[in-house]
Amino acid sequence: MTKINIIATATEADGGVAARHHGFIRMVLRRFLRHRLAVAGAVVVVLLCASALFANLLAPHDPTFLDTRHRFLAPFQDMGFLLGTDELGRDTLSRLLYGGRVSLAVGLVAMLTTIVSGLLIGLTAGYYGGWIDDLLMRFVDTMLCFPQVFLLLVVAAFVPPTLISISLIIGLTSWMEVARIVRGEMLYLKEQDFVQAARALGAGGARIMFRELLPNAIAPVLVAATLKVATAVLMESYISYLGYGIQPPLASWGNMLTNAQGYFDTVPYLAILPGALITLAVMSFNFLGDGLRDALDPRLKMD
Amino acid sequence: MAADVRPLLQVEDLKIQFRVPDGILPAVDGIGYRLDRGETLGLVGESGSGKSVSSLALLRLLESPPAEIRSGRVLFQGRDLLQVPEREISDLRGRSISMIFQEPMTSLNPVMTVGFQIDEALMRHFGWPRREARQRSLELLTLVGIPSPQRNIDSYPHELSGGMRQRVMIALALSCEPKILVADEPTTALDVTIQAQILELMVGLQEKFGTSILLITHDLAVIAETAHRVAVMYAGRIVEAAPVATIFGEPRHPYTQGLLNSIPRIHRERLDALAEIAGGVPDLTRLPPGCAFAPRCPRADAHCRRERPEPMTVGSDHVVSCWKASDA
Repeated sequence: MTKINIIATATEADGGVAARHHGFIRMVLRRFLRHRLAVAGAVVVVLLCASALFANLLAPHDPTFLDTRHRFLAPFQDMGFLLGTDELGRDTLSRLLYGGRVSLAVGLVAMLTTIVSGLLIGLTAGYYGGWIDDLLMRFVDTMLCFPQVFLLLVVAAFVPPTLISISLIIGLTSWMEVARIVRGEMLYLKEQDFVQAARALGAGGARIMFRELLPNAIAPVLVAATLKVATAVLMESYISYLGYGIQPPLASWGNMLTNAQGYFDTVPYLAILPGALITLAVMSFNFLGDGLRDALDPRLKMD
Repeated sequence: MAADVRPLLQVEDLKIQFRVPDGILPAVDGIGYRLDRGETLGLVGESGSGKSVSSLALLRLLESPPAEIRSGRVLFQGRDLLQVPEREISDLRGRSISMIFQEPMTSLNPVMTVGFQIDEALMRHFGWPRREARQRSLELLTLVGIPSPQRNIDSYPHELSGGMRQRVMIALALSCEPKILVADEPTTALDVTIQAQILELMVGLQEKFGTSILLITHDLAVIAETAHRVAVMYAGRIVEAAPVATIFGEPRHPYTQGLLNSIPRIHRERLDALAEIAGGVPDLTRLPPGCAFAPRCPRADAHCRRERPEPMTVGSDHVVSCWKASDA
């Protein structure tokens, strides 16, 4: 109590108003920019996304065109095929660009699915508590009992693999962690005084959940979202590698890796290039997520 | 049309209990009071005397379980709020009866600007578009004395000091011009000079809007400055209720007398000891059969310990629950 009084007096002395009106976003940005790896990650993420987005402009060749006279060209061997060609004479650079488009799209759609389902379930469980919470959290526990890859492969066996269906499957098997994070936040937030105050001003359940509580939980969700893109990209490669993912001739980083496995001892660069891009993308998203986590943490008050 | 002679708010025989691991805790044990138009009723008592719980019950803000309203009526303009459907009570909250809380530091949503929060309340109750609400929010912030409101309307709560935040809370609570403002220890978390400013502001706005205030506090100085009538609570019951001058001038209940004696006075000659009431607040799960104050009361006798005193009128608008009140 005395501590609060002291703070009140101290700030009251300058007229009760913070002299600097610094925006939250600017503060977050400043903290984020200090985190070098995160900035690097952000730059790489932007570059990867841009190259995927403009793949049709950047790619020198049609990624599915078979040029049987130029098979197994090594990178920089023929300047017409900068990064070489695969076993069917398709241009590796073009396939990497178009494959990136597919892999990143899967990552984003899967992330959105994860976040939306995780948010809804976590919000409901945490806000209402009681048997609703018990029921939903036991469902989460049940989902977590199965290794995600099993779930993925089982569902993938029944659903025709398209970009959307694969993204949804990945998303629907990885929301549990987000649900737990959001539920935890809700359990803490709903006990805060401002919730009682909002209720005393006539706010109802849905309004309190979505307008009062959700914005307060956005930071950890944002962090989880970036990390989820990384895992989804990885998952897509994984199931493509096992043959259930994106189907050829459509390229994704994952199925390029699958294709390459037959030639791994003779033409290793066919595997190294998409592998390197997957690693780069996953690492960049993880660094970005780490940076955001530090920048958004309200407990680390800076300046 | 004849003026409404019913009191604005009439609480009758309100009983609230909590289910706790070691039994049943009767937090509020049959209290009754009335609140007239434009007046301030001070509800005084120690922590745990049931003053906050009883006020939360007015707006049905108690979480149930563990809280359970056992009996009573809360008549607002003749209507029992305890019987109103949930949907309607939520329309009444903020619109007819509003509330401000003890902790201005945490009662505002940290991720929304203060202006936005007032807008929301106005849009919720009046259905106004944002622009119109914003106009009114600005007026309200000016009214409660926020400096440079044009700029501060876009401040986040953490950018304002405690006193300023409590001003914002008052603007928020009064935004829809409610008939009753329940103020639960509105100045306890503020330092003394700011306390006076906030109380002055509340009194000023009460005159302007004609709001009735239910002021909950443990601070008798606050009561002396703002309340018209006072109800003193002890262990879930109202032990004495009277106009403020009567409470301070001729208190009848030994507990009220004890409270008044324990106020430090600067002009007192000997400063060696501050008078205090012996003992502590009783365990509500194990209340004695008689008067709850008897174990600490200097005048208690066997009768007090055996039988619980009922409220009796001892003067004009002066009610005391004490066997010894008449021979004091």
